[in-house]
Amino acid sequence: MPNSALWAVDLFGKVHTLSTAGQYWEPCKDSQLEFKRVSAATQCCWGIACDNQVYVYVCASDVPIRRREEAYENQRWNPVGGFCEKLLPSDRWQWSDVSGLQHRPLDGVALPSPHWVWESDWYVDENFGGEPTEKGGWTYAIDFPATYTRDKKWNSCVRRRRWIRYRRYESRDAWAKIPSKDDPEQLPDPFNDLSVGGWEITDEPVGRLSVWAVSLQGKVWYREDVSHPNPEGSSWSLMDTPGEAVQISCGPHDLLWVTLWEGQALVREGINRNNPKGSSWSIVEPPTSENGIMHVSVGVSVVWAITKDRKVWFRRGINSHNPCGTSWIEMVGEMTMVNVGLNDQVWGIGCEDRAIYFRQGVTQSELSGKTWKAIVASRECDRSHSGSSSSLLSAGCFFGDEVRGSGESCAPSDTDASSEAERPGPDRPGPAESGDSPGKPRDSLAPGSGTGRATEPGEEEAAGPAIQTPGLEPCPGPASTLAELPWTNIDLKEPRRAPGRSAAGFPETTGLSSLGLLPLGLEEPYGADDHPLWAWVSGGDCAVEAHTVLKWFTVQSGLSPSMQTLSLSITPAQTAAWRKQIFQQLTERTKRELENFRHYEQAVEQSVWVKTGALQWWCDWKPHKWVDVRVALEQFTGLDGARDSILFIYYVVHEEKKYIHVFLNEVTVLVPVLNETKHSFALYTPERTRQRWPVRLAAATEQDMNDWLALLNLSCCESRRVHGRPSPQAIWSITCKGDIFVSEPSPNLEAPEHVLPCDQMFWRQMGGHLRVVEANGQGVVWGIGYDHTAWVYTGGGSCFQGLASSTSNIYTQSDVKCVYIYENQRWNPVTGYSSRGLPTDRYMWSDASGLQERTKASTKPPSLQWSWVSDWAVDFSVPGGTDQEGWQYASDFPASYHGYKTMKDFVRRRCWARKCKLVTSGPWLEVGPLALADVSIIPESPGANRSGHSIALWAISDKGDVLCRLGVSELNPAGSSWLHVGTDQPFTSVSIGACHQVWAVARDGSAFYRGSVSPAQPAGDCWYHIPSPPKQRLKQVSVGQTSVYALDENGNLWYRQGVTPSYPQGSSWEHVSNNVRQVSVGPLDQVWVIANKVQGSHSLSRGTVCHRTGVQPREPKGQGWDYGIGGGWDHISVRANATRALRGRSQERAAECSGERGLPGAPSGVAGVPQEAPSLVRC
Amino acid sequence: MTDDKDVLRDVWFGRIPTCFTLYQDEITEREAEPYYLLLPRVSYLTLVTDKVKKHFQKVMRQEDISEIWFEYEGTPLKWHYPIGLLFDLLASSSALPWNITVHFKSFPEKDLLHCPSKDAIEAHFMSCVKEADALKHKSQVINEMQKKDHKQLWMGLQNDRFDQFWAINRKLMEYPAEENGFRYIPFRIYQKIIKFLCSKGCEKEGALSMLKSYFIF
Repeated sequence: MPNSALWAVDLFGKVHTLSTAGQYWEPCKDSQLEFKRVSAATQCCWGIACDNQVYVYVCASDVPIRRREEAYENQRWNPVGGFCEKLLPSDRWQWSDVSGLQHRPLDGVALPSPHWVWESDWYVDENFGGEPTEKGGWTYAIDFPATYTRDKKWNSCVRRRRWIRYRRYESRDAWAKIPSKDDPEQLPDPFNDLSVGGWEITDEPVGRLSVWAVSLQGKVWYREDVSHPNPEGSSWSLMDTPGEAVQISCGPHDLLWVTLWEGQALVREGINRNNPKGSSWSIVEPPTSENGIMHVSVGVSVVWAITKDRKVWFRRGINSHNPCGTSWIEMVGEMTMVNVGLNDQVWGIGCEDRAIYFRQGVTQSELSGKTWKAIVASRECDRSHSGSSSSLLSAGCFFGDEVRGSGESCAPSDTDASSEAERPGPDRPGPAESGDSPGKPRDSLAPGSGTGRATEPGEEEAAGPAIQTPGLEPCPGPASTLAELPWTNIDLKEPRRAPGRSAAGFPETTGLSSLGLLPLGLEEPYGADDHPLWAWVSGGDCAVEAHTVLKWFTVQSGLSPSMQTLSLSITPAQTAAWRKQIFQQLTERTKRELENFRHYEQAVEQSVWVKTGALQWWCDWKPHKWVDVRVALEQFTGLDGARDSILFIYYVVHEEKKYIHVFLNEVTVLVPVLNETKHSFALYTPERTRQRWPVRLAAATEQDMNDWLALLNLSCCESRRVHGRPSPQAIWSITCKGDIFVSEPSPNLEAPEHVLPCDQMFWRQMGGHLRVVEANGQGVVWGIGYDHTAWVYTGGGSCFQGLASSTSNIYTQSDVKCVYIYENQRWNPVTGYSSRGLPTDRYMWSDASGLQERTKASTKPPSLQWSWVSDWAVDFSVPGGTDQEGWQYASDFPASYHGYKTMKDFVRRRCWARKCKLVTSGPWLEVGPLALADVSIIPESPGANRSGHSIALWAISDKGDVLCRLGVSELNPAGSSWLHVGTDQPFTSVSIGACHQVWAVARDGSAFYRGSVSPAQPAGDCWYHIPSPPKQRLKQVSVGQTSVYALDENGNLWYRQGVTPSYPQGSSWEHVSNNVRQVSVGPLDQVWVIANKVQGSHSLSRGTVCHRTGVQPREPKGQGWDYGIGGGWDHISVRANATRALRGRSQERAAECSGERGLPGAPSGVAGVPQEAPSLVRC
Repeated sequence: MTDDKDVLRDVWFGRIPTCFTLYQDEITEREAEPYYLLLPRVSYLTLVTDKVKKHFQKVMRQEDISEIWFEYEGTPLKWHYPIGLLFDLLASSSALPWNITVHFKSFPEKDLLHCPSKDAIEAHFMSCVKEADALKHKSQVINEMQKKDHKQLWMGLQNDRFDQFWAINRKLMEYPAEENGFRYIPFRIYQKIIKFLCSKGCEKEGALSMLKSYFIF
């Protein structure tokens, strides 16, 4: 997560964040307020400010927080006036909510807080469950309340329509005040502590949070209805506690601990998705009776505590069945507070030095970690203290001069000092002490800056920063003079800070000197006063994982900058330039030494090289099983370096030695098939593809398999002379394992005749792991991972493991997916539902089909590349719904399941999910921060002007928001920002075709066309609702040059009839094919799909790449299917391929010409649609 | 450097066009035609000159033939130096092709090592590899390899098989993941007259660029 950050409050109440990718503390963008405590969650942070009010800070995002307000207008028919506002006395309100029970006049709907604004005025919703209604949006019924229909019938006595208005949350990147709970009849009781958590309890509503608070009087409060769409929540509810609470901590899941005045801890029990507030308390005694618990912090399955003697304790034996744990373990270190963040990582604030420490080595298997390590990142720039407006600027200049910064960094800090000095004293706690403090900082500075150096007392302050400079810079002169001047002000600054420290009840000055004794033994160049002193830290938005590299622990110290310069002096750009230079020199040398002498004889004749080895082979005969084979790869290289190779597989059958052989130049794809047990791969040739029966080989170890795959891949690529980055026109596809394959399109692939059969396409693997990939013909390629992370292609070459790899543009990529198993139960009259099934039943723990046994203990991640990152949890989001415990009921296995129990249901099942994670590498860079569900890039139209406009890219977020990416170009394929396109419901699929035709599919299964999209108006103006084919719910749409295809949930492929330039919405859906899983329509209107099932001569394959044959301008629906690679394929994108056969060039020209006037080859001649002259264009 | 295949390939497939002429004083039965050959830079002279030997032996009497040796402008060419090195060291400024004189008599004992068979070249090559791995991996990698891996490495060189060679050499070029490169990078410095061995860990960036041009693996 690029946005992940640690939140902290310094002693002055200023809130700072430290990004996991950064190395400087950045001041919070809204720095008006000073805070006592903060508690962060992803995308937001709650805090208690110094005015004792609660605030919430919602991070900015390209997607607005919108909420829909609805009101229903109800009318009744009477013989005199027809439908009119006069209702019967027994009827509902004329304006009501959906149930009709509440009066809801339009002007009575108010914004909940000043942080919301109306997006538009009220309007009538004309979409009724995916179907458009007649003008006015009325739906009719016999009486209230009843079933409403679109059509007015003779007995329709009442009607209603829905009015919609959106409000938007405006206070982003700003602290928004939460109205206080105080009731005027009681004494004010300000909040004392607050904790945010509970985001893993349930997914509904999106971004739901548990916000808990403790008041000064020791009461515990819960904020109702906090979620992403309602960041402020609605109201405070009081929770009963058996004692006076002082502090509270809420974990991401079901842990909630409270500390009591008496020093015990209260543990909340019974927190679950149906009852996030929990049901009861139990008490945990402190580790020692004399020192009660002062502070607790909880994670998913850990509890850390601080006792009154500042000792740190770790609670052993915490799990979801036992939230109280078993015993305390004392940990090293003395802290004032600890905080458990994401992944159970822990931060603490040191008792002595007030530095933030990070607990290193916390893993799932070792939750208590290994050591405390101080975060020595400095604040980005102290200037930004005085105002947020300058922070960007100052960040810029600071980073630019990082190495020389030790002298200069003092200058800005001084401006800060003076600006702080101007502030009124009472802002700070303990102003009374400021009078006697000026002496203290000097004392405290002396040990800090004077470590091992004899400096004159008078020069001391100046010496602090200047002394480091000679080591770093050839000419320290200017730097030190620069530093000297501002440092005369130091007295102004220090006294101001000191009181803050002492007021907080600390062994004041000694804290500073200990800074010199940081674990690394580094010297602080910043002078002790620049070291931030912290009061509070929150890691709820800070994702640190095993492979995260943190830059928090190195600071520009006296020694390390020079070290850093050394290592940092070789930047990736320089390495690239250097590599390029070497390569150029080599190329020049080769040219010089070889150009005129190529006819010379080679000294070493190329010979045959044979690699042999032992593998296992999935034998061709029945019963199929793995048999041990010897394999040999014979490679011949011709004088021109061209290579041909044959793979021999020697096997023994009935004691007779036999072999099969494969010419590697006939191999079309090599697919790694990793599963729990075998390291195997499949090798396809056109013939094997037709048979649906690849050669499957397995190696003993992963390394062995990778060696073979690398070698075979290399041989295949060399014999076909493909290498380096795929061409912009390449066809991309993805298997069900998330492996990415790319194929160079032959011109004959889309030729009008002599079409290249698509089983002959050669596919090679690219690194990485994706679920969706889309390309556009200009080299812009985007992908989406299983965890919805968006990735952009970096231009790296084929990076399959081993020798063939080139690491330029290859980066670490990770992906997370869930493994599902099912718990099955049968009802019997004695015990009710139990895990005792009938002998004929499926396994009581099984896979989705019920055919394979899958227990929690025996189920492993999909392959060795994956590792578990969570525990098993019931999945409530299964289709069909579940009851409160996640069960789905049916009359018998296998049957259709429903989420409620009826009399006839004798069996039930529930789905358990466990997350696993893969870390791999590939030519992909993350596009943060939004998670995506679908993406589409405008295909390059043949003959279109390449330069100029940015490339249109549309996407659907994982929450169903429609987004339009701005600033995408060939040079910047990732683009710059998202533009949110408002919709009345969540969307699932989007596609942008030539001439900016944008089509999308909504979650209700209907399609939408976006009007007036153009380079000048990239988001268009409005949606046109297009009903789905009868009784079908669409799930995907793909738009080519003129063709629009959509796919429904039952696998039917539909062609949009009657799409013309003047009427781009078309007229009707026409059925093309069934058995389709995914469709991709290219810029030549070529149609490619992933077919669900394809029967080959040897076997059935699921998930096969298919090409629509016979697609012609006048016959855009084509005639049949040509079957290509598969099974196991999940996704294909042909949207980059505008390569047409030379033979068809003249036709294409003609098409292009017409394209300038109208959509070329508009399906105007098809089946009875009146010929329409291509008229206006909006290209 | 295993990650930059293009560079590796270009280094491996470096060729020097060479013209072999028989030394004028060698006794021949008929006139010896010069012999033209593309020599791989990454190899040893005596390993790749079987054709040359055969060519000139055809015109000579059996009794006049003893161990073959090569000379360029009066300097005997040390077969245990890589070919590319010899060329860059001695002849890089001269016009191509590289004119090498072939001798079958008066072996310069004090300048050259004898090369009785290809086994001698193999032994020399393997000892160089071992020396280098001693610095790179404290000999761990080369010692853990099997005999057949050693053989493949050598056969890859002998047969000019890039893949065969690199399939093994890759292991020799791997460094610990936690480090950003080798702690010690072995390289040799050759001068026209004297030669010494030098290996040092520091300043690896500078050394690498030298490595590029001088060291061959």
